[in-house]
Amino acid sequence: MEAFELENARSWIKAAALLIAKNSRMLTELDTAIGDGDHGENLMRGFKAVEKKLETAPPSADLAGLFKLVGMALLSSVGGAAGPLYGGFFLALGKSCAGKTNLSKAELGEILAEGLADIQRRGKAQLGDKTMVDAFAPALQAFRASPDGDLAGALGAAAEQARQSAEATIPLQARKGRASYMGERSIGHQDPGATSSWLLLQALASACKPAP
Amino acid sequence: MPELVHTGVMKKLINSPQDVVREELEGMEAAHGDRLRINYDPVYIVRKDAPVKGKVGLVSGGGSGHEPMHGGYVGTGMLDAACPGPVFTSPTPDQMYEASKAVNGGAGILHIVKNYTGDVMNFDLAKEMLQADGIVVETVLTDDDVAVENSLYTAGRRGVGLTVLMEKLLGAAAEQRMGLGEIKKLGEHIRGSGRSMGMALTPCTVPHAGKPSFELPDDEIELGIGIHGEPGRRRVKLASADQITEMLMEPILSDIPFKKGDEVLVFVNGMGGTPLVELYIIYRRAAQIAEKFGLKIVRNLIGPYVTSLEMAGTSITLLRMNDQLCKLWDAPVDTPGLRWS
Repeated sequence: MEAFELENARSWIKAAALLIAKNSRMLTELDTAIGDGDHGENLMRGFKAVEKKLETAPPSADLAGLFKLVGMALLSSVGGAAGPLYGGFFLALGKSCAGKTNLSKAELGEILAEGLADIQRRGKAQLGDKTMVDAFAPALQAFRASPDGDLAGALGAAAEQARQSAEATIPLQARKGRASYMGERSIGHQDPGATSSWLLLQALASACKPAP
Repeated sequence: MPELVHTGVMKKLINSPQDVVREELEGMEAAHGDRLRINYDPVYIVRKDAPVKGKVGLVSGGGSGHEPMHGGYVGTGMLDAACPGPVFTSPTPDQMYEASKAVNGGAGILHIVKNYTGDVMNFDLAKEMLQADGIVVETVLTDDDVAVENSLYTAGRRGVGLTVLMEKLLGAAAEQRMGLGEIKKLGEHIRGSGRSMGMALTPCTVPHAGKPSFELPDDEIELGIGIHGEPGRRRVKLASADQITEMLMEPILSDIPFKKGDEVLVFVNGMGGTPLVELYIIYRRAAQIAEKFGLKIVRNLIGPYVTSLEMAGTSITLLRMNDQLCKLWDAPVDTPGLRWS
Protein backbone atom coordinates (compact mmCIF):
# COMPACT_ATOMS: atom_id res chain seq x y z
CA MET A 1 0.00 0.00 0.00
CA GLU A 2 1.51 3.30 -1.07
CA ALA A 3 -1.18 5.94 -0.69
CA PHE A 4 -3.60 7.02 2.00
CA GLU A 5 -7.04 7.19 0.36
CA LEU A 6 -10.25 8.95 1.33
CA GLU A 7 -11.67 5.51 2.12
CA ASN A 8 -8.82 4.89 4.61
CA ALA A 9 -9.65 8.16 6.32
CA ARG A 10 -13.30 7.12 6.68
CA SER A 11 -12.25 3.74 8.11
CA TRP A 12 -9.86 5.52 10.48
CA ILE A 13 -12.66 7.59 11.99
CA LYS A 14 -14.94 4.56 12.32
CA ALA A 15 -12.16 2.50 13.91
CA ALA A 16 -11.35 5.37 16.27
CA ALA A 17 -14.99 5.63 17.40
CA LEU A 18 -15.00 1.89 18.09
CA LEU A 19 -11.67 1.84 19.95
CA ILE A 20 -12.59 4.87 22.07
CA ALA A 21 -15.95 3.33 22.98
CA LYS A 22 -14.29 0.02 23.89
CA ASN A 23 -11.70 1.74 26.05
CA SER A 24 -13.73 4.60 27.48
CA ARG A 25 -13.90 3.04 30.93
CA MET A 26 -10.11 2.59 30.96
CA LEU A 27 -9.56 6.21 29.88
CA THR A 28 -11.94 7.45 32.55
CA GLU A 29 -10.14 5.39 35.19
CA LEU A 30 -6.77 6.80 34.16
CA ASP A 31 -8.29 10.28 34.30
CA THR A 32 -9.85 9.64 37.71
CA ALA A 33 -6.38 8.94 39.09
CA ILE A 34 -4.82 12.25 38.06
CA GLY A 35 -7.58 14.37 36.52
CA ASP A 36 -11.29 14.65 36.90
CA GLY A 37 -12.53 11.34 35.58
CA ASP A 38 -14.25 12.37 32.38
CA HIS A 39 -11.84 11.72 29.51
CA GLY A 40 -13.42 8.46 28.34
CA GLU A 41 -16.95 9.75 28.58
CA ASN A 42 -16.11 12.99 26.77
CA LEU A 43 -14.31 11.32 23.87
CA MET A 44 -17.01 8.71 23.50
CA ARG A 45 -19.65 11.43 23.32
CA GLY A 46 -17.49 13.24 20.76
CA PHE A 47 -16.98 10.30 18.44
CA LYS A 48 -20.66 9.42 18.67
CA ALA A 49 -21.37 12.96 17.45
CA VAL A 50 -18.84 12.43 14.66
CA GLU A 51 -20.49 9.18 13.57
CA LYS A 52 -23.90 10.83 13.56
CA LYS A 53 -22.55 13.67 11.41
CA LEU A 54 -20.97 11.16 8.99
CA GLU A 55 -24.30 9.36 8.65
CA THR A 56 -26.40 12.46 8.08
CA ALA A 57 -24.11 14.82 6.14
CA PRO A 58 -23.52 14.33 2.40
CA PRO A 59 -20.30 12.31 1.92
CA SER A 60 -17.19 14.50 1.82
CA ALA A 61 -15.66 14.80 -1.63
CA ASP A 62 -12.10 15.25 -0.38
CA LEU A 63 -9.94 14.73 2.69
CA ALA A 64 -10.23 18.40 3.65
CA GLY A 65 -14.02 18.12 3.87
CA LEU A 66 -13.91 14.91 5.87
CA PHE A 67 -11.33 16.14 8.40
CA LYS A 68 -13.16 19.44 8.81
CA LEU A 69 -16.41 17.64 9.53
CA VAL A 70 -14.70 15.44 12.14
CA GLY A 71 -12.92 18.42 13.73
CA MET A 72 -16.04 20.58 13.99
CA ALA A 73 -18.09 17.70 15.42
CA LEU A 74 -15.45 17.04 18.11
CA LEU A 75 -15.07 20.75 18.85
CA SER A 76 -18.78 21.18 19.51
CA SER A 77 -19.33 18.01 21.52
CA VAL A 78 -16.28 17.00 23.59
CA GLY A 79 -15.61 20.03 25.81
CA GLY A 80 -12.83 20.04 28.36
CA ALA A 81 -9.32 20.39 27.00
CA ALA A 82 -9.63 17.36 24.75
CA GLY A 83 -12.33 19.04 22.61
CA PRO A 84 -10.24 21.96 21.34
CA LEU A 85 -7.11 19.79 21.16
CA TYR A 86 -8.49 16.88 19.13
CA GLY A 87 -11.01 19.09 17.29
CA GLY A 88 -8.19 21.45 16.36
CA PHE A 89 -6.00 18.47 15.40
CA PHE A 90 -8.47 17.25 12.77
CA LEU A 91 -9.11 20.79 11.49
CA ALA A 92 -5.34 21.17 11.08
CA LEU A 93 -5.14 17.84 9.21
CA GLY A 94 -7.69 19.14 6.72
CA LYS A 95 -6.04 22.49 6.08
CA SER A 96 -3.65 21.39 3.34
CA CYS A 97 -5.83 18.65 1.83
CA ALA A 98 -8.22 20.77 -0.26
CA GLY A 99 -9.25 18.84 -3.36
CA LYS A 100 -7.12 15.85 -2.40
CA THR A 101 -8.50 12.34 -2.15
CA ASN A 102 -5.21 10.60 -1.47
CA LEU A 103 -1.87 11.34 0.17
CA SER A 104 1.60 9.86 -0.19
CA LYS A 105 3.38 8.66 2.94
CA ALA A 106 5.39 11.89 3.05
CA GLU A 107 2.23 13.99 2.68
CA LEU A 108 0.47 12.05 5.42
CA GLY A 109 3.53 12.66 7.63
CA GLU A 110 3.28 16.36 6.87
CA ILE A 111 -0.37 16.75 7.81
CA LEU A 112 0.11 14.68 10.97
CA ALA A 113 2.95 17.04 11.88
CA GLU A 114 0.61 20.00 11.32
CA GLY A 115 -1.96 18.33 13.56
CA LEU A 116 0.63 17.80 16.28
CA ALA A 117 1.81 21.40 15.95
CA ASP A 118 -1.76 22.58 16.47
CA ILE A 119 -2.07 20.51 19.65
CA GLN A 120 1.20 21.96 20.94
CA ARG A 121 0.27 25.53 20.02
CA ARG A 122 -3.14 25.33 21.73
CA GLY A 123 -2.02 23.30 24.73
CA LYS A 124 1.40 24.98 25.06
CA ALA A 125 2.82 21.57 25.98
CA GLN A 126 6.39 20.39 25.49
CA LEU A 127 7.66 16.85 25.28
CA GLY A 128 7.82 15.44 28.82
CA ASP A 129 4.94 17.50 30.24
CA LYS A 130 2.86 14.29 30.52
CA THR A 131 0.34 15.06 27.78
CA MET A 132 -0.88 13.85 24.37
CA VAL A 133 2.35 15.22 22.91
CA ASP A 134 4.36 12.50 24.66
CA ALA A 135 2.62 9.79 22.63
CA PHE A 136 2.19 11.76 19.42
CA ALA A 137 5.64 13.22 18.88
CA PRO A 138 7.65 9.96 19.18
CA ALA A 139 5.02 8.17 17.08
CA LEU A 140 5.40 10.73 14.31
CA GLN A 141 9.18 10.27 14.43
CA ALA A 142 8.76 6.51 14.12
CA PHE A 143 6.42 7.01 11.16
CA ARG A 144 8.89 9.24 9.35
CA ALA A 145 11.82 6.94 10.08
CA SER A 146 10.02 3.96 8.52
CA PRO A 147 10.91 3.07 4.92
CA ASP A 148 8.91 4.68 2.11
CA GLY A 149 6.60 2.47 0.11
CA ASP A 150 5.17 0.66 3.13
CA LEU A 151 2.53 3.00 4.52
CA ALA A 152 0.81 0.27 6.56
CA GLY A 153 4.13 -0.75 8.10
CA ALA A 154 4.99 2.85 8.97
CA LEU A 155 1.60 3.41 10.63
CA GLY A 156 2.00 0.14 12.52
CA ALA A 157 5.38 1.31 13.79
CA ALA A 158 3.89 4.66 14.78
CA ALA A 159 1.06 3.03 16.71
CA GLU A 160 3.46 0.70 18.52
CA GLN A 161 5.71 3.64 19.42
CA ALA A 162 2.67 5.59 20.68
CA ARG A 163 1.69 2.64 22.89
CA GLN A 164 5.16 2.44 24.41
CA SER A 165 5.43 6.20 24.79
CA ALA A 166 2.02 6.44 26.47
CA GLU A 167 3.23 3.85 28.98
CA ALA A 168 6.41 5.83 29.41
CA THR A 169 4.38 8.77 30.79
CA ILE A 170 3.88 6.79 34.03
CA PRO A 171 7.02 8.09 35.82
CA LEU A 172 6.55 11.67 34.57
CA GLN A 173 5.26 14.59 36.64
CA ALA A 174 2.43 16.45 34.89
CA ARG A 175 3.15 20.07 33.98
CA LYS A 176 0.08 20.88 31.93
CA GLY A 177 -3.65 20.41 32.34
CA ARG A 178 -5.55 19.44 35.42
CA ALA A 179 -3.11 16.70 36.42
CA SER A 180 -0.43 19.37 36.94
CA TYR A 181 -2.21 20.53 40.11
CA MET A 182 -1.30 17.24 41.76
CA GLY A 183 2.39 18.02 41.55
CA GLU A 184 4.50 14.98 42.43
CA ARG A 185 1.39 12.95 43.10
CA SER A 186 0.81 12.75 39.34
CA ILE A 187 3.88 10.50 39.14
CA GLY A 188 3.10 6.79 38.85
CA HIS A 189 0.03 7.12 36.64
CA GLN A 190 -0.29 6.80 32.87
CA ASP A 191 -1.47 9.99 31.19
CA PRO A 192 -5.04 9.65 29.85
CA GLY A 193 -4.41 12.11 26.99
CA ALA A 194 -1.31 10.24 25.81
CA THR A 195 -3.35 7.04 26.02
CA SER A 196 -6.21 8.34 23.88
CA SER A 197 -3.66 9.65 21.36
CA TRP A 198 -2.25 6.13 21.14
CA LEU A 199 -5.78 4.79 20.52
CA LEU A 200 -6.28 7.28 17.67
CA LEU A 201 -3.00 6.22 16.05
CA GLN A 202 -3.84 2.56 16.64
CA ALA A 203 -7.13 3.16 14.80
CA LEU A 204 -5.24 4.86 11.97
CA ALA A 205 -2.91 1.87 11.64
CA SER A 206 -5.76 -0.63 11.65
CA ALA A 207 -7.64 1.37 9.00
CA CYS A 208 -4.68 1.09 6.64
CA LYS A 209 -3.78 -2.54 7.26
CA PRO A 210 -4.00 -4.57 4.04
CA ALA A 211 -6.73 -7.22 4.15
CA PRO A 212 -5.23 -10.62 5.09
CA MET B 1 -33.10 -6.69 33.84
CA PRO B 2 -30.91 -3.62 33.24
CA GLU B 3 -27.34 -3.89 34.37
CA LEU B 4 -26.57 -1.87 37.48
CA VAL B 5 -23.15 -0.26 37.54
CA HIS B 6 -21.27 0.18 40.84
CA THR B 7 -24.31 -0.66 42.92
CA GLY B 8 -23.99 0.48 46.49
CA VAL B 9 -21.29 3.04 45.74
CA MET B 10 -23.20 5.83 44.05
CA LYS B 11 -26.29 7.06 45.85
CA LYS B 12 -27.71 10.09 44.08
CA LEU B 13 -31.05 11.70 43.37
CA ILE B 14 -30.76 11.30 39.62
CA ASN B 15 -32.63 9.38 36.96
CA SER B 16 -29.74 8.55 34.69
CA PRO B 17 -26.16 9.90 34.53
CA GLN B 18 -26.62 10.98 30.89
CA ASP B 19 -29.69 13.09 31.71
CA VAL B 20 -28.33 14.97 34.72
CA VAL B 21 -27.57 18.33 33.10
CA ARG B 22 -30.60 18.44 30.80
CA GLU B 23 -33.01 17.54 33.59
CA GLU B 24 -31.39 20.06 35.91
CA LEU B 25 -31.94 22.75 33.27
CA GLU B 26 -35.54 21.67 32.76
CA GLY B 27 -36.01 22.08 36.51
CA MET B 28 -34.42 25.53 36.45
CA GLU B 29 -36.66 26.51 33.56
CA ALA B 30 -39.72 25.32 35.48
CA ALA B 31 -38.63 27.21 38.59
CA HIS B 32 -37.19 30.40 37.11
CA GLY B 33 -38.81 30.67 33.69
CA ASP B 34 -40.00 34.14 34.63
CA ARG B 35 -36.38 35.36 34.74
CA LEU B 36 -34.39 32.97 32.56
CA ARG B 37 -34.61 31.51 29.12
CA ILE B 38 -32.91 28.20 28.45
CA ASN B 39 -31.67 27.14 25.06
CA TYR B 40 -31.08 23.41 24.65
CA ASP B 41 -29.18 23.18 21.36
CA PRO B 42 -26.56 24.37 21.94
CA VAL B 43 -27.05 24.61 25.69
CA TYR B 44 -27.00 28.03 27.33
CA ILE B 45 -28.98 30.08 29.85
CA VAL B 46 -29.75 33.77 29.27
CA ARG B 47 -31.68 36.37 31.21
CA LYS B 48 -35.13 36.70 29.80
CA ASP B 49 -34.75 40.34 28.75
CA ALA B 50 -31.56 39.66 26.75
CA PRO B 51 -30.09 41.32 24.82
CA VAL B 52 -30.15 44.49 26.93
CA LYS B 53 -29.49 47.37 24.55
CA GLY B 54 -26.38 49.41 25.28
CA LYS B 55 -25.19 47.11 28.09
CA VAL B 56 -22.02 45.03 28.02
CA GLY B 57 -23.04 41.36 27.85
CA LEU B 58 -21.43 39.26 30.59
CA VAL B 59 -20.98 35.60 29.69
CA SER B 60 -19.47 32.87 31.81
CA GLY B 61 -19.56 29.12 31.76
CA GLY B 62 -17.92 25.97 32.94
CA GLY B 63 -18.61 22.40 33.83
CA SER B 64 -21.82 21.62 35.70
CA GLY B 65 -21.64 20.44 39.30
CA HIS B 66 -20.72 23.83 40.82
CA GLU B 67 -24.30 25.06 41.26
CA PRO B 68 -25.45 27.71 41.75
CA MET B 69 -22.42 28.79 39.66
CA HIS B 70 -22.81 29.76 36.81
CA GLY B 71 -26.41 29.31 35.67
CA GLY B 72 -27.81 30.39 39.02
CA TYR B 73 -26.07 33.75 38.63
CA VAL B 74 -27.84 34.73 35.43
CA GLY B 75 -30.15 37.67 35.95
CA THR B 76 -30.34 41.40 36.60
CA GLY B 77 -27.15 42.70 38.18
CA MET B 78 -25.01 39.67 37.43
CA LEU B 79 -24.50 37.48 34.33
CA ASP B 80 -26.32 37.85 31.02
CA ALA B 81 -25.59 34.28 30.01
CA ALA B 82 -24.05 31.08 31.29
CA CYS B 83 -22.92 28.01 29.36
CA PRO B 84 -23.10 24.79 31.36
CA GLY B 85 -20.90 21.91 30.23
CA PRO B 86 -21.32 18.30 31.30
CA VAL B 87 -20.47 17.69 34.96
CA PHE B 88 -16.93 19.01 35.60
CA THR B 89 -16.27 19.37 31.88
CA SER B 90 -15.87 22.66 30.07
CA PRO B 91 -18.65 23.63 27.68
CA THR B 92 -17.90 23.89 23.96
CA PRO B 93 -17.15 26.96 21.78
CA ASP B 94 -20.45 26.77 19.88
CA GLN B 95 -22.34 27.23 23.18
CA MET B 96 -20.25 30.27 24.12
CA TYR B 97 -20.55 31.70 20.61
CA GLU B 98 -24.34 31.39 20.47
CA ALA B 99 -24.81 32.59 24.07
CA SER B 100 -22.62 35.64 23.42
CA LYS B 101 -24.59 36.51 20.29
CA ALA B 102 -27.86 36.13 22.21
CA VAL B 103 -26.80 38.73 24.80
CA ASN B 104 -25.02 41.13 22.49
CA GLY B 105 -26.64 44.50 23.19
CA GLY B 106 -24.17 46.36 21.00
CA ALA B 107 -21.77 47.40 23.80
CA GLY B 108 -19.48 44.39 23.52
CA ILE B 109 -19.14 41.07 25.30
CA LEU B 110 -17.07 40.14 28.34
CA HIS B 111 -16.16 36.51 28.98
CA ILE B 112 -15.45 35.64 32.61
CA VAL B 113 -13.29 32.52 32.49
CA LYS B 114 -11.92 30.37 35.29
CA ASN B 115 -8.30 29.47 34.64
CA TYR B 116 -8.69 25.80 33.79
CA THR B 117 -7.06 24.47 30.64
CA GLY B 118 -10.32 23.35 29.04
CA ASP B 119 -12.32 26.46 29.90
CA VAL B 120 -9.58 28.75 28.60
CA MET B 121 -9.12 26.89 25.30
CA ASN B 122 -12.86 26.66 24.55
CA PHE B 123 -13.49 30.32 25.39
CA ASP B 124 -10.49 31.29 23.21
CA LEU B 125 -12.02 29.48 20.25
CA ALA B 126 -15.41 31.12 20.87
CA LYS B 127 -13.73 34.52 21.02
CA GLU B 128 -12.05 33.90 17.65
CA MET B 129 -15.43 32.94 16.15
CA LEU B 130 -17.14 36.06 17.57
CA GLN B 131 -14.36 38.37 16.43
CA ALA B 132 -14.70 36.91 12.94
CA ASP B 133 -18.31 38.17 13.09
CA GLY B 134 -17.11 41.65 14.07
CA ILE B 135 -18.26 41.40 17.71
CA VAL B 136 -15.97 43.02 20.28
CA VAL B 137 -15.01 40.53 23.00
CA GLU B 138 -12.81 40.88 26.05
CA THR B 139 -11.84 38.22 28.56
CA VAL B 140 -11.19 38.35 32.30
CA LEU B 141 -9.61 35.30 33.92
CA THR B 142 -9.94 34.29 37.54
CA ASP B 143 -6.93 32.51 39.02
CA ASP B 144 -7.23 33.03 42.75
CA ASP B 145 -6.28 29.61 44.14
CA VAL B 146 -3.15 29.94 46.27
CA ALA B 147 -2.93 26.16 46.63
CA VAL B 148 -1.21 26.02 43.25
CA GLU B 149 2.24 26.93 44.48
CA ASN B 150 4.45 26.69 41.45
CA SER B 151 2.48 28.11 38.57
CA LEU B 152 5.52 27.88 36.29
CA TYR B 153 5.28 24.10 36.19
CA THR B 154 1.52 23.78 36.16
CA ALA B 155 -1.35 25.10 34.10
CA GLY B 156 -1.34 28.11 36.44
CA ARG B 157 -3.51 28.97 39.39
CA ARG B 158 -7.10 27.80 39.22
CA GLY B 159 -10.11 30.06 39.24
CA VAL B 160 -12.26 29.20 42.25
CA GLY B 161 -14.25 31.23 44.83
CA LEU B 162 -13.29 34.65 43.48
CA THR B 163 -15.29 33.86 40.34
CA VAL B 164 -18.66 34.39 42.06
CA LEU B 165 -17.48 37.72 43.53
CA MET B 166 -16.17 38.75 40.09
CA GLU B 167 -19.52 37.91 38.48
CA LYS B 168 -21.45 39.93 41.08
CA LEU B 169 -19.19 42.99 40.99
CA LEU B 170 -18.79 43.17 37.21
CA GLY B 171 -22.48 42.38 36.79
CA ALA B 172 -23.34 45.44 38.87
CA ALA B 173 -20.88 47.55 36.87
CA ALA B 174 -22.39 46.41 33.57
CA GLU B 175 -25.91 47.07 34.86
CA GLN B 176 -24.81 50.66 35.57
CA ARG B 177 -23.68 50.84 31.92
CA MET B 178 -19.95 50.89 32.55
CA GLY B 179 -18.17 50.45 29.20
CA LEU B 180 -16.34 47.30 28.12
CA GLY B 181 -12.83 48.71 28.52
CA GLU B 182 -13.52 49.94 32.05
CA ILE B 183 -15.20 46.69 33.06
CA LYS B 184 -12.22 44.73 31.80
CA LYS B 185 -9.89 46.99 33.82
CA LEU B 186 -12.04 46.58 36.93
CA GLY B 187 -12.00 42.81 36.37
CA GLU B 188 -8.21 42.80 36.23
CA HIS B 189 -8.12 44.82 39.46
CA ILE B 190 -10.41 42.30 41.19
CA ARG B 191 -8.33 39.43 39.80
CA GLY B 192 -5.26 40.92 41.45
CA SER B 193 -7.01 41.63 44.75
CA GLY B 194 -8.58 38.28 45.67
CA ARG B 195 -7.14 34.97 46.83
CA SER B 196 -8.66 31.62 47.85
CA MET B 197 -7.78 28.28 49.40
CA GLY B 198 -9.97 25.19 49.79
CA MET B 199 -10.06 21.82 51.52
CA ALA B 200 -12.12 18.65 51.38
CA LEU B 201 -13.33 16.27 54.09
CA THR B 202 -14.72 13.83 51.50
CA PRO B 203 -14.39 13.32 47.75
CA CYS B 204 -17.37 13.58 45.42
CA THR B 205 -18.77 11.25 42.77
CA VAL B 206 -19.20 12.38 39.18
CA PRO B 207 -22.45 10.71 37.99
CA HIS B 208 -21.01 9.08 34.86
CA ALA B 209 -17.84 7.97 36.68
CA GLY B 210 -19.97 6.21 39.29
CA LYS B 211 -17.34 6.18 41.99
CA PRO B 212 -15.61 8.74 44.21
CA SER B 213 -13.06 11.03 42.58
CA PHE B 214 -10.39 10.05 45.11
CA GLU B 215 -9.96 7.85 48.15
CA LEU B 216 -9.61 9.52 51.52
CA PRO B 217 -9.08 7.63 54.78
CA ASP B 218 -11.52 8.52 57.58
CA ASP B 219 -8.93 10.45 59.57
CA GLU B 220 -7.42 12.49 56.72
CA ILE B 221 -8.35 15.62 54.76
CA GLU B 222 -7.27 17.04 51.39
CA LEU B 223 -5.75 20.48 51.56
CA GLY B 224 -5.61 22.74 48.50
CA ILE B 225 -8.36 21.25 46.39
CA GLY B 226 -9.85 22.83 43.30
CA ILE B 227 -13.54 22.58 42.51
CA HIS B 228 -13.64 19.51 40.30
CA GLY B 229 -13.26 16.72 42.80
CA GLU B 230 -9.59 16.53 41.99
CA PRO B 231 -7.30 15.59 44.85
CA GLY B 232 -5.57 18.43 46.63
CA ARG B 233 -1.98 19.48 46.95
CA ARG B 234 -1.36 17.50 50.09
CA ARG B 235 -3.10 15.25 52.54
CA VAL B 236 -3.01 15.94 56.27
CA LYS B 237 -4.52 14.46 59.41
CA LEU B 238 -8.04 15.56 60.30
CA ALA B 239 -7.89 18.62 62.54
CA SER B 240 -10.30 20.92 64.38
CA ALA B 241 -12.28 23.59 62.53
CA ASP B 242 -10.06 26.29 64.04
CA GLN B 243 -6.88 24.54 62.94
CA ILE B 244 -8.23 23.95 59.43
CA THR B 245 -9.25 27.62 59.18
CA GLU B 246 -5.69 28.59 60.12
CA MET B 247 -4.29 26.26 57.43
CA LEU B 248 -6.50 28.00 54.86
CA MET B 249 -6.01 31.59 56.01
CA GLU B 250 -2.23 31.56 56.37
CA PRO B 251 -1.35 30.99 52.68
CA ILE B 252 -4.07 33.47 51.61
CA LEU B 253 -2.83 36.27 53.86
CA SER B 254 0.80 35.85 52.91
CA ASP B 255 0.11 35.66 49.19
CA ILE B 256 -0.79 39.09 47.75
CA PRO B 257 0.21 39.94 50.51
CA PHE B 258 -2.64 41.51 52.42
CA LYS B 259 -1.59 44.44 54.61
CA LYS B 260 -2.61 45.68 58.02
CA GLY B 261 -5.50 48.11 57.59
CA ASP B 262 -6.83 46.52 54.38
CA GLU B 263 -10.59 46.42 54.02
CA VAL B 264 -11.73 42.97 52.89
CA LEU B 265 -14.67 40.86 51.90
CA VAL B 266 -14.48 37.40 53.52
CA PHE B 267 -16.25 34.65 51.61
CA VAL B 268 -16.61 31.27 53.34
CA ASN B 269 -17.85 28.84 50.74
CA GLY B 270 -19.37 25.40 51.23
CA MET B 271 -18.30 22.70 48.76
CA GLY B 272 -21.81 21.21 48.58
CA GLY B 273 -21.95 18.70 51.42
CA THR B 274 -21.04 20.92 54.34
CA PRO B 275 -23.84 22.46 56.41
CA LEU B 276 -24.06 26.14 57.27
CA VAL B 277 -23.46 25.38 60.95
CA GLU B 278 -19.91 24.31 60.08
CA LEU B 279 -19.38 27.21 57.68
CA TYR B 280 -20.21 29.66 60.47
CA ILE B 281 -17.71 27.91 62.75
CA ILE B 282 -15.13 28.43 60.00
CA TYR B 283 -16.19 32.07 59.53
CA ARG B 284 -15.91 32.68 63.28
CA ARG B 285 -12.24 31.72 63.29
CA ALA B 286 -11.52 33.41 59.94
CA ALA B 287 -12.90 36.68 61.32
CA GLN B 288 -10.73 36.35 64.45
CA ILE B 289 -7.64 35.72 62.35
CA ALA B 290 -8.45 38.64 60.04
CA GLU B 291 -8.95 40.97 62.97
CA LYS B 292 -5.73 39.89 64.66
CA PHE B 293 -3.91 40.50 61.38
CA GLY B 294 -5.31 44.01 61.29
CA LEU B 295 -7.81 43.57 58.45
CA LYS B 296 -11.19 45.27 58.50
CA ILE B 297 -14.00 43.01 57.28
CA VAL B 298 -16.41 45.28 55.41
CA ARG B 299 -18.54 42.64 53.65
CA ASN B 300 -19.00 38.88 53.88
CA LEU B 301 -20.65 35.98 52.13
CA ILE B 302 -21.25 32.60 53.74
CA GLY B 303 -22.82 29.60 52.05
CA PRO B 304 -22.54 27.06 49.23
CA TYR B 305 -21.98 29.32 46.22
CA VAL B 306 -19.27 27.44 44.29
CA THR B 307 -19.72 23.75 44.91
CA SER B 308 -18.21 20.42 43.90
CA LEU B 309 -21.31 18.23 43.80
CA GLU B 310 -21.76 16.64 47.26
CA MET B 311 -18.18 17.14 48.43
CA ALA B 312 -17.88 18.05 52.10
CA GLY B 313 -15.41 20.84 52.69
CA THR B 314 -14.93 24.56 52.46
CA SER B 315 -12.95 27.27 50.78
CA ILE B 316 -12.11 30.75 51.99
CA THR B 317 -11.74 33.73 49.67
CA LEU B 318 -10.44 37.14 50.72
CA LEU B 319 -10.96 40.12 48.45
CA ARG B 320 -9.41 43.50 49.13
CA MET B 321 -12.22 46.07 48.89
CA ASN B 322 -12.55 49.79 48.29
CA ASP B 323 -15.49 52.21 48.17
CA GLN B 324 -16.26 51.46 44.54
CA LEU B 325 -16.29 47.69 45.12
CA CYS B 326 -18.47 48.04 48.23
CA LYS B 327 -21.02 50.06 46.24
CA LEU B 328 -21.01 47.51 43.43
CA TRP B 329 -21.36 44.68 45.97
CA ASP B 330 -24.38 46.38 47.56
CA ALA B 331 -26.09 47.10 44.22
CA PRO B 332 -29.31 45.16 43.62
CA VAL B 333 -28.99 41.65 42.22
CA ASP B 334 -31.82 39.37 41.18
CA THR B 335 -30.71 35.86 40.21
CA PRO B 336 -31.75 32.39 41.38
CA GLY B 337 -28.51 32.03 43.37
CA LEU B 338 -27.92 35.53 44.71
CA ARG B 339 -30.62 38.08 45.38
CA TRP B 340 -30.87 41.34 47.28
CA SER B 341 -32.27 44.78 46.62
